[in-house]
Amino acid sequence: MAQLECKDLTIAFEDRTLYENLSFEVNSGDYVFVLGSNGAGKTTLVKTLLGLRKPTRGSIIIDDKLKEKGIGYLPQQKSMQRDFPASVMEVVTSACGGNRHERREQALAALDRLKVRELSAKSFSELSGGQQQRVLLARALCAAGGMLLLDEPVSGLDHTTTAEFYSMIRELNKEDGMTILMISHDIDAARRYGSHVLYISSEPRFMTAKRFFAQWEEENG
Amino acid sequence: MADMIDKLQFYFQFQFVRNVLIVGALIAVCAALLGVTLVLRHFSYIGDGLSHVAFGVMCVASVLDLADANALVMPITVLAAILLLRTGQNTKVKGDAAIAMISVSSLALGYMLMNIYGAKTNLTGDVCSTLFGSTSILTIKSKDVYMCLALFVIVVSIFVIFYRKIFAVTFDEDFARATGVKVNLYNNLLATIIAVVIVMAMNLVGSLLISALIIFPALSAMRIFKSFLKVTICSVVVSLVCAIIGILVSILAGTPVGPTIVTADMAVYFLFALAGGIKGRVA
Ligand SMILES: Nc1ncnc2c1ncn2[C@@H]1O[C@H](COP(=O)(O)OP(=O)(O)OP(=O)(O)O)[C@@H](O)[C@H]1O
Ligand SMILES: [Mg+2]
Repeated sequence: MAQLECKDLTIAFEDRTLYENLSFEVNSGDYVFVLGSNGAGKTTLVKTLLGLRKPTRGSIIIDDKLKEKGIGYLPQQKSMQRDFPASVMEVVTSACGGNRHERREQALAALDRLKVRELSAKSFSELSGGQQQRVLLARALCAAGGMLLLDEPVSGLDHTTTAEFYSMIRELNKEDGMTILMISHDIDAARRYGSHVLYISSEPRFMTAKRFFAQWEEENG
Repeated sequence: MADMIDKLQFYFQFQFVRNVLIVGALIAVCAALLGVTLVLRHFSYIGDGLSHVAFGVMCVASVLDLADANALVMPITVLAAILLLRTGQNTKVKGDAAIAMISVSSLALGYMLMNIYGAKTNLTGDVCSTLFGSTSILTIKSKDVYMCLALFVIVVSIFVIFYRKIFAVTFDEDFARATGVKVNLYNNLLATIIAVVIVMAMNLVGSLLISALIIFPALSAMRIFKSFLKVTICSVVVSLVCAIIGILVSILAGTPVGPTIVTADMAVYFLFALAGGIKGRVA
């Protein structure tokens, strides 16, 4: 059974319809790139998948096992409240379970994994954008038992950090078998790492990355 | 100095003076706890809005000549609070505008009703004490003290038990919801206790000054501390100290209780802002 299944999904706002009848399946271990232009409705789709808003029509079926294990979510960088008083530890442990000690261990492990353990005692508001992004990814990791939904995780990051981010996410995908669904504007990364592509437009398409890029090449010479 | 202590000792013989101090301290702690999450979610003005709603309903209750005004005031204010906290999400009128709208409407309607139907002769005095708090601290009864105590226990327990959820909902509502936190439940819970605290606090500082009790301690704490836990603890301490100092000063100097507490809160804010600036330059 698929981890996540979307059936005949229609997303519309009062004044207009973004897309109709989108159907796709995500299986364990997939690395799905969600592509599409600004305003196509990528963020809206992810929010709908997470149950943050209701679909206009259609249904979303999440495997019970995945529900139990949890889905990690990295929101699109909205100008995060810069002055919110919270320590890095408070931010990351907010997604952890267990008792105080277990939560701490889990958070430190996630920070370790993203190579930012030394930030654990800092305050979140005093970090750079890239550092904040890593901390938020660590938080997503703590909540993720089987799937990560990442909304433009590398926007605003420099070259080196972007490359590091991609390799970390790939490692999670390959070694931990974590399913990845990543919104991105980075076609090259999608070509290099993606197993599937979900192209969002008024006529959305879902297919393997191989097929998508074969078509892409044909269309764009 | 000895003079002052004598004077305080004299006043504290009276039950009602002790009552004021207890009620003030309890409400100050509750308001400060709520303030942290409200300020951070950009709902600083909700205190104002709700207290004006409570004022409006109180006017209606007094026109209807109800025996127990709170029976009408409490549920309607709670309802308004729940609706207002919802406006953060998908409504036509956004948070601050919704609060402003409800706030001025209730104020206007309430005062108008009082003017048209009010049978009491001392209208201005009545309205003034509702807006700025009672000048006479004699009005606090033992029943009020017990109610405040119960409220205090409930509010503090909720914050202790649900502390992590409250942080999660305050820091990132979407993420909290995505990870299975029952955000609506906590929002409604918070809205309810906010409304109850505000109705209780109206007697103490009046409906125009409640916002100060809610926001100043949190804002002061945020000037110095950068972690949610420290900010929460610090605002509780600040609020408590300011309430006690404010009440003592008002007894000694004969100033109205509400404005005196708020002045103390304001003074602490400027002190902390200064300290925060110095700390920032040193670090
Ligand atoms: N609550 C809302 N009410 C009305 N329209 C909305 C609402 N939320 C989003 N939209 C509209 O839906 C469209 C899709 O928004 P969305 O944020 O999903 O785009 P996106 O594909 O993530 O774009 P980007 O690449 O810029 O992040 C936008 O045109 C936006 O204006
Ligand atoms: Mg987006």
